[in-house]
Amino acid sequence: MAAQTQFSGGFENAPVQAAHAFRAAMTVMARPGEIRALTGIEPPAPLSLAAGTLLLTLCDPETKVHLAGDTDTDAGRKWLTFHTGAPIVSADQADFAVGTWRALGPLNAYRIGTPEYPDRSATLIVECDQLEQRAAVLSGPGIKDTARLSLPDVPALQSNATLFPLGCDFFFTSGDKIAALPRSTQIRTEG
Amino acid sequence: MTENTNIATEAREDWMGLLARAPDDALMSLWDGIQNRPSFEWLRSPEVGGVMVRGRTGGTGAPFNLGEMTVTRCSVVLQDGTVGHGYVQGRSKPKAEAAALVDAMMQTSAAGELQAQLLDPLHQQMQAAKTARAAKAAATKVEFFTLVRGED
Repeated sequence: MAAQTQFSGGFENAPVQAAHAFRAAMTVMARPGEIRALTGIEPPAPLSLAAGTLLLTLCDPETKVHLAGDTDTDAGRKWLTFHTGAPIVSADQADFAVGTWRALGPLNAYRIGTPEYPDRSATLIVECDQLEQRAAVLSGPGIKDTARLSLPDVPALQSNATLFPLGCDFFFTSGDKIAALPRSTQIRTEG
Repeated sequence: MTENTNIATEAREDWMGLLARAPDDALMSLWDGIQNRPSFEWLRSPEVGGVMVRGRTGGTGAPFNLGEMTVTRCSVVLQDGTVGHGYVQGRSKPKAEAAALVDAMMQTSAAGELQAQLLDPLHQQMQAAKTARAAKAAATKVEFFTLVRGED
């Protein structure tokens, strides 16, 4: 494809590529701090490759998506609707939200689930400038001793972790790289 | 994005509906006769799925589920960026591809030619088949009438 045209850049072989992407998403969520690469699609700017792949893999007509800040473009909406059929909603109803940390705004705008149904919470896909295994120290389920991951805002994520078993889950994306932070992970700034 | 948006929605509904309902062999034999097909790329490769057909009593009543049917769909983009969608009944992927390409070409300058060579003959064939079937059914029609009963 010479240039990005309307709707282009989806999975070429959806069953296989979506399964690979889902495996990567599941692995990084199960092992916080691990970074995997995703390939295969070309989402419309400014969505990163990893964020676009995640949306195509995880969304369907029954998952509500919130596009925050710059990601809420006409091309992006059409692209997502064509490939997934997911309804675009505001932050307080979203199952998935995508955007930069600044655009996603205060975390209390998102659903954190209920004590009976803690799964009815939002998963945030945070677009980062870079993603490296440094800075904040992670421990908890899925981490043998400790792991490190560059997080955008440690205090906000720490307070999200205190809500466990409620709270939001996070994917961090940068280019084709993806990492995750479930609500069960404990975060320390150093040590 | 050079997709033509000046095409009347009704006109597009007409040809997409015709292609969706067209019998497999009729569409494919006409499609084989079309020269100079444009090159294209897949936006969505052909995939088979089910859709729930819903109806409304009298067109205005409460919606009800009529039943599920098998549908094959695909989407293509031509070199000039025109997007064509094909949704056809049944499991035939070549038919879905043909329907999507016809939809795309109908939005380009090839529309007139294609209308004459493919859509009009297809419409006539389907209309003829429908009329023949209706005539056959009409021959078996029973006229009911009420006998005058001998009571006052």
